[in-house]
Amino acid sequence: MGKYVAKRFVSMVITLFLVATVTFFLMHAVPGQPFEISRETPESVKEALYAKYGLDRPLSEQYVIYMKNLLRGDFGVSMKYKSQTVLGKVTSGMPVSAVIGFGGVLAGCLIGAGFGILAALKNKGVTDYLVIILAILGVSIPNFVFGSLIQRYFAVEWKLFPIQGWKGAEYVILPVMAAAFTNVAYYARMLRTSMLDVMGQDYIYTAKSKGLNQNEIVGKHILRNSFLPLVTSLGPMCAGALTGNFVIEKIFNVPGIGQSMISSIQNSDYTMIMGLTIIFAFISVICYFLVDIIYGIVDPRIRIAG
Amino acid sequence: MDEKLNVKDMDLRNLDDSLFEKDDSAYADADKLNRPSVTYWSDAWRRFRGNKVAMISAVILVLVILMAVFQPMTSPYTYDEQDLFAINQGPSSEHWFGTDELGRDIFVRCWEGARVSLLIAFVVAVLNGTIGILYGGIAGYFGGLADNVMMRFCELIASIPQMLWVVLLILIMRPGIFPIIIAIAATGWIGTARLFRGQVFSLKESEFVMASRTMGAGSIWIILKHLLPNAMSPIIISMANVIPSAIFSEAFLSYIGLGVPLPTASWGILASDGANKLLSYPYQLLFPSLLICITMLCFNLMGDGLRDALDPRMRQ
Repeated sequence: MGKYVAKRFVSMVITLFLVATVTFFLMHAVPGQPFEISRETPESVKEALYAKYGLDRPLSEQYVIYMKNLLRGDFGVSMKYKSQTVLGKVTSGMPVSAVIGFGGVLAGCLIGAGFGILAALKNKGVTDYLVIILAILGVSIPNFVFGSLIQRYFAVEWKLFPIQGWKGAEYVILPVMAAAFTNVAYYARMLRTSMLDVMGQDYIYTAKSKGLNQNEIVGKHILRNSFLPLVTSLGPMCAGALTGNFVIEKIFNVPGIGQSMISSIQNSDYTMIMGLTIIFAFISVICYFLVDIIYGIVDPRIRIAG
Repeated sequence: MDEKLNVKDMDLRNLDDSLFEKDDSAYADADKLNRPSVTYWSDAWRRFRGNKVAMISAVILVLVILMAVFQPMTSPYTYDEQDLFAINQGPSSEHWFGTDELGRDIFVRCWEGARVSLLIAFVVAVLNGTIGILYGGIAGYFGGLADNVMMRFCELIASIPQMLWVVLLILIMRPGIFPIIIAIAATGWIGTARLFRGQVFSLKESEFVMASRTMGAGSIWIILKHLLPNAMSPIIISMANVIPSAIFSEAFLSYIGLGVPLPTASWGILASDGANKLLSYPYQLLFPSLLICITMLCFNLMGDGLRDALDPRMRQ
């Protein structure tokens, strides 16, 4: 196990390094100068700005400085707003994004799994068809359309929840609902398929012929085995939970990191975009690493093969 | 009964030799095939045709494509024609889907948007397929070090959410239809590559590949001519999923301000414009998003139908 973790760790560090490098050079390939503004800028001001951000040095030197800063945990500062740092944005936005993201995954996973189980147990029944319809609708409606819709009805028309903002518990519900929507559909479909698959296996016939009752078969034999693909999807899901709700954060004006990313894209705040991208990448790489370790613990076959 | 009577009535002295000849007529066409032989593809087509939901979806999709091609040609309005005397009008007989804040006809913009969004989606699907098949095929067929290096590269790309790559690439190329296609396709082929590599791995030791190699076929020939057709069904199924996800990606990019430049219409632009005016003019979101949802629904249902038709084991 120790060897497996070490191996995974080394490959994670290499990935992080490569990702940071690629992001750095991609951002420097963006056409145009970083301080281009429509007004006439005196040469001396420009030079001072370039010197301040180290942009007057050769690219290779900038790269070395950037990497050193990353190692010290300094992800850079905003080019547009003086007092903002990437890390500051992340530390203030991360908890908010995490609430929405993990809330969405958790709610989506529980509700979706519930639907999926119901559908599989009532295979070819009315419930089954309803769940299939829901699952297909869930992947067919863009999340900003769904978000806008629940905002209109739940907040504007029926005034059940606040429209937008982030000032208390009641502000959490609508964004989490929006984030959960796609997950519900995804998990319902996944669990239904995997349960039907398991239900056709020989060991289920064995369990039946041993005379186990329905509850025991479902609880001990079917469910446990059907949850495996769900565990597999957790890595991307957790990475997505922290980084994937840009649109929802924007609709409900939630001060998360997704919202910061969108506003820095719209302001062409390149240092901010670069820093946030690297942080997003780090988060997802670390999530994959943790999930790999968990697999290693859960399933010995992976440990040996990896 | 009749025959017995006949035998009795028969004049036994007049029996002819021809009556004692061996009669092979029943076996004459024993080798003949009564039904035309059913190939894999015609069988799949038969199954697909039998799937009502999938067929209806396919028909609706054809209609959407036809509308996207012909509606903007025949409409009295154009997608960028502004009419300041008719701004934010609700649906009427003149403007079926109403007009937006610049008095542009939303009906024609929806179909113009369909052109852009579907163009992006189809080109992305083709690019994904081509790159993915070549990359995955080479990695899987040669195996060993090449496979190791190539798959590491895929892993590296896949370790970051795809949307981040797309955003970075668009920033470099500046928003536009072509950059969007490139950016989505640049990282989207990984899935196809992995899929095809897996197929190649399991197929490359088959006898027919060995036979072809013995006859001197080159690697690329074997990959494209022998391995690809055998792995076609999972690839088609995954292509059917690429299209809706490309439409989604385009919509997402438009929503965060990296979509096609104005005044071009795309479904993403229409929906995100509409979402901003949801409170005052809900119809401006309703029509574009209905169109998106119906198209996505049809692609997803058709994809399910294709999967059932091409891969009967997957049928539930």
